Amino acid sequence: MTDVMLEVRAVRKSFGHVEVLRGIDLTVPAGNVACIIGPSGSGKSTLLRSVNALESVDAGEIRLGGELIGCTERGTGLVALPEKQTAAQRARMGMVFQRFNLFPHLTALENVMAGPVRVQRRPKDEVRREASDLLDRVGLADRVEYYPAHLSGGQQQRVAIARALAMKPELMLFDEPTSALDPELVGEVLDVMRELARDGMTMLVVTHEMGFAREIADTVTFMDEGVIVEHGTPAEVIDSPRHERTREFCARI
Amino acid sequence: MTARTVESVEPHAPPAGRRIARRPNRWNLLGVAAVAYVVLQVASVVTTNENFAWPMIGRYLFAPPILHGIGLTIWLTVVVMLIGVLLGVPLAIMRISGNPLVSGAAWCYVWVFRGTPLLIQVIFWFNISALFPVIHLSIPFGPSLALGSANSLITPLTAAVIALALNEAAYMAETIRGGLLGVDQGQRDAARALGMTGSGVLRMIMPQAMRMIIPPTANNTITTLKNTALVSVIGIADLLHSAQIIYAQNYQTIPLLIVAALWYLALTSLLGIGQNRLERHFGKGARPMAARGRDGR
Repeated sequence: MTDVMLEVRAVRKSFGHVEVLRGIDLTVPAGNVACIIGPSGSGKSTLLRSVNALESVDAGEIRLGGELIGCTERGTGLVALPEKQTAAQRARMGMVFQRFNLFPHLTALENVMAGPVRVQRRPKDEVRREASDLLDRVGLADRVEYYPAHLSGGQQQRVAIARALAMKPELMLFDEPTSALDPELVGEVLDVMRELARDGMTMLVVTHEMGFAREIADTVTFMDEGVIVEHGTPAEVIDSPRHERTREFCARI
Repeated sequence: MTARTVESVEPHAPPAGRRIARRPNRWNLLGVAAVAYVVLQVASVVTTNENFAWPMIGRYLFAPPILHGIGLTIWLTVVVMLIGVLLGVPLAIMRISGNPLVSGAAWCYVWVFRGTPLLIQVIFWFNISALFPVIHLSIPFGPSLALGSANSLITPLTAAVIALALNEAAYMAETIRGGLLGVDQGQRDAARALGMTGSGVLRMIMPQAMRMIIPPTANNTITTLKNTALVSVIGIADLLHSAQIIYAQNYQTIPLLIVAALWYLALTSLLGIGQNRLERHFGKGARPMAARGRDGR
Protein backbone atom coordinates (compact mmCIF):
# COMPACT_ATOMS: atom_id res chain seq x y z
CA MET A 1 0.00 0.00 0.00
CA THR A 2 1.29 3.45 -0.88
CA ASP A 3 1.54 6.32 1.61
CA VAL A 4 -1.08 9.03 1.45
CA MET A 5 0.55 12.39 0.62
CA LEU A 6 -2.52 14.60 0.65
CA GLU A 7 -5.79 14.03 2.39
CA VAL A 8 -8.73 16.42 2.12
CA ARG A 9 -11.73 15.70 4.37
CA ALA A 10 -15.14 17.42 4.34
CA VAL A 11 -13.64 20.81 3.44
CA ARG A 12 -16.02 23.76 3.31
CA LYS A 13 -15.28 27.34 2.32
CA SER A 14 -17.49 30.38 1.80
CA PHE A 15 -16.80 33.80 0.35
CA GLY A 16 -19.45 35.98 1.98
CA HIS A 17 -22.74 34.20 1.39
CA VAL A 18 -21.47 32.04 -1.45
CA GLU A 19 -20.28 28.59 -0.45
CA VAL A 20 -17.63 27.69 -3.03
CA LEU A 21 -16.49 24.41 -1.44
CA ARG A 22 -19.33 22.30 -0.10
CA GLY A 23 -17.70 19.33 1.55
CA ILE A 24 -14.74 18.13 -0.47
CA ASP A 25 -13.07 14.74 0.07
CA LEU A 26 -9.96 13.89 -1.86
CA THR A 27 -6.99 11.60 -1.31
CA VAL A 28 -3.75 11.74 -3.27
CA PRO A 29 -1.28 8.88 -2.66
CA ALA A 30 2.44 9.74 -2.76
CA GLY A 31 3.81 9.74 -6.28
CA ASN A 32 0.40 10.11 -7.87
CA VAL A 33 -0.80 12.72 -10.32
CA ALA A 34 -4.32 13.87 -9.55
CA CYS A 35 -6.08 16.10 -12.05
CA ILE A 36 -9.08 18.24 -11.18
CA ILE A 37 -11.33 19.30 -14.01
CA GLY A 38 -14.53 21.28 -14.05
CA PRO A 39 -16.19 24.44 -15.32
CA SER A 40 -15.01 27.84 -14.12
CA GLY A 41 -16.54 28.76 -10.79
CA SER A 42 -16.70 25.13 -9.74
CA GLY A 43 -14.32 25.78 -6.84
CA LYS A 44 -11.31 23.86 -8.15
CA SER A 45 -8.90 26.80 -7.88
CA THR A 46 -10.18 27.59 -4.40
CA LEU A 47 -9.59 23.98 -3.43
CA LEU A 48 -6.00 24.20 -4.65
CA ARG A 49 -5.44 27.49 -2.81
CA SER A 50 -6.97 25.97 0.31
CA VAL A 51 -4.61 23.00 0.17
CA ASN A 52 -1.73 25.49 0.11
CA ALA A 53 -3.40 27.51 2.91
CA LEU A 54 -3.44 30.60 0.71
CA GLU A 55 -7.13 30.55 1.61
CA SER A 56 -8.27 29.49 5.05
CA VAL A 57 -11.10 26.96 5.03
CA ASP A 58 -14.17 27.24 7.25
CA ALA A 59 -14.51 23.56 8.14
CA GLY A 60 -12.90 20.23 7.40
CA GLU A 61 -9.34 18.96 7.43
CA ILE A 62 -6.44 19.07 5.01
CA ARG A 63 -3.46 16.86 5.81
CA LEU A 64 -0.07 16.81 4.13
CA GLY A 65 1.81 13.63 4.97
CA GLY A 66 -0.57 13.20 7.89
CA GLU A 67 0.01 16.70 9.33
CA LEU A 68 -2.91 19.11 9.60
CA ILE A 69 -2.49 22.15 7.34
CA GLY A 70 -3.41 25.64 8.52
CA CYS A 71 -4.85 24.52 11.85
CA THR A 72 -4.21 22.33 14.85
CA GLU A 73 -6.20 20.25 17.34
CA ARG A 74 -7.40 22.06 20.43
CA GLY A 75 -9.61 20.10 22.78
CA THR A 76 -12.24 18.51 20.60
CA GLY A 77 -12.06 21.22 17.93
CA LEU A 78 -9.62 22.80 15.51
CA VAL A 79 -7.98 26.21 15.75
CA ALA A 80 -6.13 28.14 13.06
CA LEU A 81 -2.32 28.09 13.25
CA PRO A 82 -0.30 31.29 13.64
CA GLU A 83 0.72 32.75 10.27
CA LYS A 84 4.40 31.83 10.75
CA GLN A 85 3.64 28.12 11.15
CA THR A 86 1.18 28.13 8.26
CA ALA A 87 3.87 29.78 6.14
CA ALA A 88 6.30 27.00 7.06
CA GLN A 89 3.71 24.46 5.89
CA ARG A 90 3.21 26.36 2.62
CA ALA A 91 6.94 26.11 2.01
CA ARG A 92 6.56 22.31 1.88
CA MET A 93 4.31 22.59 -1.17
CA GLY A 94 5.19 24.07 -4.55
CA MET A 95 2.55 26.20 -6.23
CA VAL A 96 2.39 27.07 -9.92
CA PHE A 97 -0.08 29.79 -10.90
CA GLN A 98 -2.08 30.32 -14.04
CA ARG A 99 -0.46 33.71 -14.62
CA PHE A 100 3.07 32.60 -13.56
CA ASN A 101 3.41 35.39 -10.94
CA LEU A 102 7.18 35.61 -11.35
CA PHE A 103 8.79 38.52 -9.51
CA PRO A 104 9.33 41.01 -12.36
CA HIS A 105 12.28 42.79 -10.74
CA LEU A 106 14.29 39.57 -10.39
CA THR A 107 16.00 37.55 -13.12
CA ALA A 108 14.95 33.97 -13.84
CA LEU A 109 17.77 32.71 -11.64
CA GLU A 110 16.95 35.13 -8.81
CA ASN A 111 13.31 34.08 -8.99
CA VAL A 112 14.29 30.45 -8.52
CA MET A 113 16.70 31.39 -5.71
CA ALA A 114 14.17 33.58 -3.85
CA GLY A 115 12.56 30.83 -1.78
CA PRO A 116 15.63 28.88 -0.64
CA VAL A 117 17.63 32.05 0.13
CA ARG A 118 14.97 34.23 1.73
CA VAL A 119 12.77 31.61 3.39
CA GLN A 120 15.04 28.63 4.05
CA ARG A 121 18.04 30.93 4.64
CA ARG A 122 20.38 28.59 2.81
CA PRO A 123 23.82 29.74 1.57
CA LYS A 124 23.62 31.62 -1.73
CA ASP A 125 26.38 29.76 -3.60
CA GLU A 126 24.85 26.37 -2.98
CA VAL A 127 21.37 27.64 -3.91
CA ARG A 128 22.69 29.29 -7.08
CA ARG A 129 24.14 25.97 -8.24
CA GLU A 130 20.87 24.16 -7.57
CA ALA A 131 18.84 26.90 -9.22
CA SER A 132 20.95 26.75 -12.39
CA ASP A 133 20.52 22.99 -12.44
CA LEU A 134 16.76 23.39 -12.10
CA LEU A 135 16.60 25.95 -14.90
CA ASP A 136 18.68 23.56 -16.98
CA ARG A 137 16.22 20.80 -16.17
CA VAL A 138 13.28 22.87 -17.46
CA GLY A 139 15.30 23.70 -20.60
CA LEU A 140 16.20 27.31 -19.75
CA ALA A 141 19.94 27.06 -19.09
CA ASP A 142 20.50 29.91 -21.58
CA ARG A 143 17.91 32.19 -20.00
CA VAL A 144 19.13 32.41 -16.37
CA GLU A 145 19.94 36.13 -16.51
CA TYR A 146 16.72 37.15 -18.28
CA TYR A 147 14.01 39.17 -16.59
CA PRO A 148 10.50 37.70 -16.82
CA ALA A 149 9.39 40.47 -19.20
CA HIS A 150 11.94 39.19 -21.73
CA LEU A 151 10.71 35.59 -21.61
CA SER A 152 7.79 34.03 -23.46
CA GLY A 153 4.79 32.81 -21.47
CA GLY A 154 5.93 29.20 -21.76
CA GLN A 155 9.42 30.11 -20.56
CA GLN A 156 8.02 32.13 -17.66
CA GLN A 157 5.86 29.21 -16.58
CA ARG A 158 8.86 26.87 -16.72
CA VAL A 159 10.80 29.32 -14.51
CA ALA A 160 7.81 29.34 -12.15
CA ILE A 161 7.92 25.53 -11.99
CA ALA A 162 11.67 25.66 -11.27
CA ARG A 163 11.02 28.27 -8.56
CA ALA A 164 8.51 25.97 -6.88
CA LEU A 165 10.83 22.94 -7.21
CA ALA A 166 13.70 24.88 -5.61
CA MET A 167 11.94 24.52 -2.25
CA LYS A 168 12.17 20.72 -2.61
CA PRO A 169 8.42 20.38 -2.16
CA GLU A 170 6.66 17.21 -1.06
CA LEU A 171 3.69 18.10 -3.23
CA MET A 172 3.32 20.24 -6.36
CA LEU A 173 0.13 22.20 -6.97
CA PHE A 174 -0.67 23.46 -10.47
CA ASP A 175 -3.48 25.98 -10.95
CA GLU A 176 -4.38 25.86 -14.67
CA PRO A 177 -0.70 26.17 -15.60
CA THR A 178 -1.31 26.34 -19.35
CA SER A 179 -4.53 28.37 -19.51
CA ALA A 180 -2.78 31.73 -19.97
CA LEU A 181 -0.45 30.43 -22.69
CA ASP A 182 -0.58 30.81 -26.44
CA PRO A 183 -1.50 27.39 -27.90
CA GLU A 184 1.96 26.80 -29.38
CA LEU A 185 3.59 27.26 -25.96
CA VAL A 186 1.40 24.77 -24.05
CA GLY A 187 3.46 21.76 -25.11
CA GLU A 188 6.75 22.88 -23.55
CA VAL A 189 5.12 23.36 -20.15
CA LEU A 190 3.28 20.04 -20.30
CA ASP A 191 6.58 18.35 -21.24
CA VAL A 192 8.17 19.64 -18.03
CA MET A 193 5.19 18.46 -15.99
CA ARG A 194 5.27 15.05 -17.69
CA GLU A 195 8.93 14.79 -16.75
CA LEU A 196 8.14 15.65 -13.14
CA ALA A 197 5.40 13.03 -12.98
CA ARG A 198 7.81 10.45 -14.38
CA ASP A 199 10.29 11.34 -11.62
CA GLY A 200 7.65 10.42 -9.05
CA MET A 201 6.55 13.88 -7.90
CA THR A 202 3.14 13.98 -6.24
CA MET A 203 1.05 16.46 -8.20
CA LEU A 204 -2.37 18.02 -7.86
CA VAL A 205 -3.24 19.67 -11.17
CA VAL A 206 -6.21 21.85 -12.01
CA THR A 207 -6.36 21.73 -15.79
CA HIS A 208 -8.42 21.96 -18.94
CA GLU A 209 -5.90 19.83 -20.89
CA MET A 210 -7.88 16.61 -21.28
CA GLY A 211 -5.17 14.99 -23.37
CA PHE A 212 -2.63 15.63 -20.63
CA ALA A 213 -4.99 14.34 -17.94
CA ARG A 214 -5.75 11.19 -19.89
CA GLU A 215 -2.05 10.51 -20.48
CA ILE A 216 -0.45 11.43 -17.13
CA ALA A 217 -3.12 11.42 -14.41
CA ASP A 218 -3.61 8.51 -12.05
CA THR A 219 -6.96 9.95 -11.04
CA VAL A 220 -9.28 12.57 -12.47
CA THR A 221 -11.76 14.45 -10.30
CA PHE A 222 -14.65 16.35 -11.84
CA MET A 223 -15.88 19.27 -9.72
CA ASP A 224 -18.98 21.35 -10.23
CA GLU A 225 -20.64 23.95 -7.99
CA GLY A 226 -18.36 23.23 -5.05
CA VAL A 227 -18.78 19.48 -4.90
CA ILE A 228 -16.97 16.50 -6.38
CA VAL A 229 -19.32 15.03 -8.94
CA GLU A 230 -17.15 12.20 -10.14
CA HIS A 231 -13.77 10.72 -9.29
CA GLY A 232 -11.89 7.87 -10.90
CA THR A 233 -9.26 6.89 -13.45
CA PRO A 234 -8.97 9.09 -16.55
CA ALA A 235 -10.64 6.34 -18.58
CA GLU A 236 -13.60 6.26 -16.22
CA VAL A 237 -14.15 10.01 -15.79
CA ILE A 238 -13.15 11.39 -19.18
CA ASP A 239 -14.00 8.57 -21.55
CA SER A 240 -17.06 7.04 -19.92
CA PRO A 241 -18.48 9.48 -17.39
CA ARG A 242 -21.39 8.19 -15.34
CA HIS A 243 -22.89 11.56 -14.47
CA GLU A 244 -24.81 13.77 -16.84
CA ARG A 245 -22.90 16.94 -15.77
CA THR A 246 -19.52 15.28 -16.39
CA ARG A 247 -20.71 14.07 -19.76
CA GLU A 248 -21.85 17.56 -20.75
CA PHE A 249 -18.58 19.13 -19.59
CA CYS A 250 -16.35 16.61 -21.35
CA ALA A 251 -18.36 16.96 -24.54
CA ARG A 252 -17.83 20.73 -24.53
CA ILE A 253 -14.06 20.62 -24.00
CA MET B 1 9.49 53.72 -66.47
CA THR B 2 8.47 50.55 -64.67
CA ALA B 3 11.26 48.62 -66.35
CA ARG B 4 13.85 51.13 -65.19
CA THR B 5 12.73 50.76 -61.53
CA VAL B 6 12.97 46.98 -61.73
CA GLU B 7 16.50 47.10 -63.19
CA SER B 8 17.86 49.03 -60.23
CA VAL B 9 16.53 46.51 -57.73
CA GLU B 10 18.37 43.32 -56.70
CA PRO B 11 17.24 40.23 -58.61
CA HIS B 12 15.34 38.50 -55.78
CA ALA B 13 13.96 41.55 -53.98
CA PRO B 14 10.16 41.86 -53.99
CA PRO B 15 8.83 44.32 -56.59
CA ALA B 16 8.68 47.87 -55.28
CA GLY B 17 5.14 49.21 -54.99
CA ARG B 18 4.33 52.81 -55.86
CA ARG B 19 4.81 55.19 -52.94
CA ILE B 20 1.72 56.73 -51.43
CA ALA B 21 2.18 60.37 -50.52
CA ARG B 22 0.78 61.60 -47.25
CA ARG B 23 -2.03 64.10 -47.50
CA PRO B 24 -1.15 67.34 -45.68
CA ASN B 25 -3.45 68.09 -42.77
CA ARG B 26 -5.18 71.43 -43.16
CA TRP B 27 -5.60 71.81 -39.37
CA ASN B 28 -1.89 71.23 -38.81
CA LEU B 29 -1.05 74.23 -40.98
CA LEU B 30 -3.61 76.34 -39.18
CA GLY B 31 -2.17 75.28 -35.82
CA VAL B 32 1.36 76.18 -36.88
CA ALA B 33 0.18 79.60 -38.02
CA ALA B 34 -1.66 80.24 -34.74
CA VAL B 35 1.33 79.19 -32.62
CA ALA B 36 3.69 81.32 -34.69
CA TYR B 37 1.42 84.35 -34.23
CA VAL B 38 1.26 83.93 -30.45
CA VAL B 39 5.02 83.32 -30.10
CA LEU B 40 5.87 86.41 -32.12
CA GLN B 41 3.36 88.53 -30.23
CA VAL B 42 4.73 87.43 -26.85
CA ALA B 43 8.31 87.96 -27.99
CA SER B 44 7.54 91.48 -29.20
CA VAL B 45 5.73 92.44 -25.98
CA VAL B 46 8.40 90.97 -23.71
CA THR B 47 11.24 92.73 -25.52
CA THR B 48 9.61 96.10 -26.19
CA ASN B 49 7.65 96.70 -22.97
CA GLU B 50 10.18 98.39 -20.71
CA ASN B 51 8.14 97.66 -17.59
CA PHE B 52 9.58 94.16 -17.70
CA ALA B 53 12.86 95.84 -16.72
CA TRP B 54 15.15 93.03 -17.85
CA PRO B 55 18.33 94.72 -16.59
CA MET B 56 16.69 94.81 -13.16
CA ILE B 57 15.92 91.10 -13.37
CA GLY B 58 19.53 90.44 -14.29
CA ARG B 59 20.71 92.48 -11.35
CA TYR B 60 18.57 90.68 -8.77
CA LEU B 61 18.76 87.14 -10.17
CA PHE B 62 21.82 86.38 -8.05
CA ALA B 63 21.30 88.92 -5.28
CA PRO B 64 22.33 87.50 -1.86
CA PRO B 65 18.81 87.75 -0.30
CA ILE B 66 17.38 85.86 -3.29
CA LEU B 67 20.06 83.15 -3.07
CA HIS B 68 19.41 82.91 0.66
CA GLY B 69 15.70 82.53 -0.03
CA ILE B 70 16.41 79.73 -2.51
CA GLY B 71 18.42 77.97 0.18
CA LEU B 72 15.53 78.14 2.61
CA THR B 73 13.01 77.01 -0.03
CA ILE B 74 15.14 73.97 -0.87
CA TRP B 75 15.70 73.21 2.84
CA LEU B 76 11.94 73.41 3.49
CA THR B 77 11.19 71.15 0.53
CA VAL B 78 13.68 68.50 1.68
CA VAL B 79 12.59 68.54 5.33
CA VAL B 80 8.89 68.54 4.43
CA MET B 81 9.29 65.63 2.00
CA LEU B 82 11.29 63.60 4.52
CA ILE B 83 8.71 64.06 7.26
CA GLY B 84 5.92 63.57 4.73
CA VAL B 85 7.29 60.18 3.65
CA LEU B 86 8.06 59.10 7.22
CA LEU B 87 4.48 59.85 8.28
CA GLY B 88 2.99 58.70 4.97
CA VAL B 89 4.29 55.11 5.21
CA PRO B 90 2.54 54.25 8.51
CA LEU B 91 -0.57 56.12 7.38
CA ALA B 92 -0.65 54.08 4.15
CA ILE B 93 -0.18 50.80 6.03
CA MET B 94 -2.93 51.88 8.43
CA ARG B 95 -5.23 52.68 5.50
CA ILE B 96 -4.89 49.18 3.99
CA SER B 97 -5.10 47.40 7.33
CA GLY B 98 -8.13 45.20 7.85
CA ASN B 99 -9.02 46.92 11.13
CA PRO B 100 -11.82 49.43 10.37
CA LEU B 101 -10.90 51.69 13.31
CA VAL B 102 -7.26 51.91 12.27
CA SER B 103 -7.99 52.43 8.58
CA GLY B 104 -10.78 54.85 9.51
CA ALA B 105 -8.36 56.95 11.53
CA ALA B 106 -5.93 57.17 8.63
CA TRP B 107 -8.79 57.95 6.26
CA CYS B 108 -9.91 60.76 8.55
CA TYR B 109 -6.40 62.23 8.65
CA VAL B 110 -6.17 62.26 4.87
CA TRP B 111 -9.70 63.67 4.63
CA VAL B 112 -8.92 66.64 6.87
CA PHE B 113 -5.48 67.52 5.56
CA ARG B 114 -6.28 67.11 1.87
CA GLY B 115 -9.71 68.62 2.19
CA THR B 116 -8.72 72.00 3.60
CA PRO B 117 -6.67 74.71 1.86
CA LEU B 118 -2.98 74.49 2.63
CA LEU B 119 -2.93 78.26 3.10
CA ILE B 120 -5.41 77.92 5.98
CA GLN B 121 -3.29 75.15 7.52
CA VAL B 122 -0.17 77.35 7.35
CA ILE B 123 -1.93 80.29 9.03
CA PHE B 124 -3.54 77.91 11.53
CA TRP B 125 -0.25 76.46 12.77
CA PHE B 126 1.27 79.93 12.83
CA ASN B 127 -1.52 81.02 15.20
CA ILE B 128 -1.65 77.81 17.24
CA SER B 129 -0.76 79.77 20.40
CA ALA B 130 -4.23 81.30 20.31
CA LEU B 131 -5.65 77.80 20.73
CA PHE B 132 -3.03 76.34 23.07
CA PRO B 133 -1.09 79.11 24.84
CA VAL B 134 1.01 76.50 26.67
CA ILE B 135 2.03 73.22 25.10
CA HIS B 136 1.69 70.14 27.30
CA LEU B 137 2.77 66.56 27.00
CA SER B 138 -0.18 64.72 28.53
CA ILE B 139 -2.26 61.60 28.90
CA PRO B 140 -5.95 62.13 27.95
CA PHE B 141 -7.78 63.34 31.07
CA GLY B 142 -4.63 62.47 33.05
CA PRO B 143 -1.53 64.29 34.29
CA SER B 144 0.38 66.59 31.96
CA LEU B 145 3.81 68.14 31.67
CA ALA B 146 4.09 71.71 30.43
CA LEU B 147 6.81 72.02 27.79
CA GLY B 148 6.68 75.76 27.32
CA SER B 149 4.65 78.53 25.77
CA ALA B 150 3.43 77.95 22.23
CA ASN B 151 4.83 81.27 21.10
CA SER B 152 8.37 80.26 22.00
CA LEU B 153 8.07 76.63 20.83
CA ILE B 154 6.24 77.20 17.54
CA THR B 155 8.37 79.70 15.68
CA PRO B 156 7.19 80.74 12.22
CA LEU B 157 9.64 78.24 10.72
CA THR B 158 8.35 75.42 12.94
CA ALA B 159 4.77 76.34 12.02
CA ALA B 160 5.74 76.28 8.34
CA VAL B 161 7.40 72.86 8.62
CA ILE B 162 4.49 71.41 10.60
CA ALA B 163 1.87 72.76 8.22
CA LEU B 164 3.61 71.66 5.03
CA ALA B 165 4.74 68.28 6.41
CA LEU B 166 1.38 67.24 7.87
CA ASN B 167 -0.27 68.20 4.61
CA GLU B 168 2.33 66.38 2.54
CA ALA B 169 1.96 63.27 4.73
CA ALA B 170 -1.67 63.03 3.65
CA TYR B 171 -0.69 63.10 -0.02
CA MET B 172 2.21 60.68 0.50
CA ALA B 173 -0.08 58.28 2.36
CA GLU B 174 -2.37 58.13 -0.65
CA THR B 175 0.56 57.80 -3.05
CA ILE B 176 2.12 54.93 -1.08
CA ARG B 177 -1.22 53.22 -0.59
CA GLY B 178 -1.84 53.40 -4.33
CA GLY B 179 1.55 51.83 -5.00
CA LEU B 180 1.00 48.97 -2.56
CA LEU B 181 -2.49 48.25 -3.88
CA GLY B 182 -1.25 48.52 -7.45
CA VAL B 183 0.95 45.44 -7.13
CA ASP B 184 -0.76 42.42 -8.64
CA GLN B 185 -2.37 40.16 -6.02
CA GLY B 186 -0.57 37.25 -7.71
CA GLN B 187 2.74 38.64 -6.46
CA ARG B 188 1.54 38.38 -2.88
CA ASP B 189 0.27 34.85 -3.58
CA ALA B 190 3.61 33.83 -5.08
CA ALA B 191 5.58 35.21 -2.14
CA ARG B 192 3.27 33.56 0.38
CA ALA B 193 3.33 30.26 -1.52
CA LEU B 194 7.12 30.25 -1.08
CA GLY B 195 6.54 30.43 2.68
CA MET B 196 7.11 34.15 3.19
CA THR B 197 5.20 36.05 5.87
CA GLY B 198 4.22 39.71 6.36
CA SER B 199 7.57 41.50 6.22
CA GLY B 200 9.02 39.06 3.67
CA VAL B 201 6.02 39.53 1.38
CA LEU B 202 6.32 43.31 1.79
CA ARG B 203 9.99 43.11 0.80
CA MET B 204 9.08 41.21 -2.37
CA ILE B 205 6.36 43.61 -3.46
CA MET B 206 8.03 46.87 -2.32
CA PRO B 207 10.34 47.16 -5.35
CA GLN B 208 7.29 46.79 -7.58
CA ALA B 209 5.26 49.23 -5.50
CA MET B 210 8.19 51.66 -5.75
CA ARG B 211 7.74 51.83 -9.51
CA MET B 212 4.26 53.19 -8.87
CA ILE B 213 5.24 55.31 -5.86
CA ILE B 214 8.32 57.08 -7.23
CA PRO B 215 6.81 59.05 -10.15
CA PRO B 216 3.95 60.58 -8.12
CA THR B 217 6.38 61.22 -5.24
CA ALA B 218 8.63 63.18 -7.57
CA ASN B 219 5.51 65.01 -8.65
CA ASN B 220 4.60 65.65 -5.00
CA THR B 221 8.10 67.04 -4.45
CA ILE B 222 7.60 69.51 -7.27
CA THR B 223 4.24 70.52 -5.81
CA THR B 224 5.76 70.88 -2.35
CA LEU B 225 8.54 73.07 -3.71
CA LYS B 226 5.95 75.41 -5.17
CA ASN B 227 3.74 75.18 -2.07
CA THR B 228 6.59 76.44 0.12
CA ALA B 229 5.85 79.86 -1.39
CA LEU B 230 2.73 79.90 0.81
CA VAL B 231 4.86 80.30 3.93
CA SER B 232 5.73 83.80 2.76
CA VAL B 233 2.42 84.84 4.38
CA ILE B 234 3.82 84.05 7.83
CA GLY B 235 6.96 86.05 7.20
CA ILE B 236 9.50 83.34 6.46
CA ALA B 237 12.28 84.52 4.17
CA ASP B 238 11.82 81.87 1.52
CA LEU B 239 12.42 82.60 -2.15
CA LEU B 240 9.11 84.41 -2.72
CA HIS B 241 9.23 86.39 0.51
CA SER B 242 12.82 87.47 -0.16
CA ALA B 243 11.66 88.85 -3.50
CA GLN B 244 8.72 90.53 -1.80
CA ILE B 245 10.96 92.21 0.75
CA ILE B 246 13.03 93.68 -2.07
CA TYR B 247 10.09 94.96 -4.11
CA ALA B 248 8.48 96.42 -1.00
CA GLN B 249 11.47 98.77 -0.92
CA ASN B 250 12.07 99.50 -4.61
CA TYR B 251 8.55 98.96 -6.04
CA GLN B 252 9.94 96.75 -8.84
CA THR B 253 7.20 94.20 -8.24
CA ILE B 254 7.03 92.51 -11.64
CA PRO B 255 10.79 92.13 -12.21
CA LEU B 256 11.27 90.56 -8.78
CA LEU B 257 8.31 88.24 -9.20
CA ILE B 258 9.90 87.17 -12.49
CA VAL B 259 13.20 86.58 -10.68
CA ALA B 260 11.40 84.31 -8.20
CA ALA B 261 9.40 82.59 -10.94
CA LEU B 262 12.56 81.91 -12.99
CA TRP B 263 14.19 80.26 -9.97
CA TYR B 264 11.10 78.17 -9.19
CA LEU B 265 11.02 77.10 -12.85
CA ALA B 266 14.72 76.18 -12.74
CA LEU B 267 14.26 74.15 -9.56
CA THR B 268 11.14 72.30 -10.77
CA SER B 269 12.89 71.56 -14.08
CA LEU B 270 15.82 70.03 -12.21
CA LEU B 271 13.42 67.91 -10.19
CA GLY B 272 11.68 66.89 -13.42
CA ILE B 273 14.97 65.58 -14.80
CA GLY B 274 15.56 63.65 -11.58
CA GLN B 275 12.06 62.22 -11.86
CA ASN B 276 12.77 60.89 -15.36
CA ARG B 277 15.97 59.21 -14.16
CA LEU B 278 14.20 57.56 -11.24
CA GLU B 279 11.37 56.31 -13.42
CA ARG B 280 13.86 54.75 -15.79
CA HIS B 281 15.72 53.08 -12.94
CA PHE B 282 12.64 51.59 -11.31
CA GLY B 283 11.27 50.44 -14.67
CA LYS B 284 13.93 47.67 -14.65
CA GLY B 285 12.63 44.38 -15.95
CA ALA B 286 9.17 45.79 -16.49
CA ARG B 287 9.23 46.41 -20.22
CA PRO B 288 10.33 44.43 -23.22
CA MET B 289 13.99 44.61 -24.23
CA ALA B 290 13.26 46.33 -27.53
CA ALA B 291 11.69 49.30 -25.77
CA ARG B 292 14.45 49.63 -23.16
CA GLY B 293 16.52 52.78 -23.01
CA ARG B 294 14.52 54.52 -25.74
CA ASP B 295 12.21 56.84 -23.96
CA GLY B 296 11.98 55.40 -20.49
CA ARG B 297 8.37 54.43 -20.75
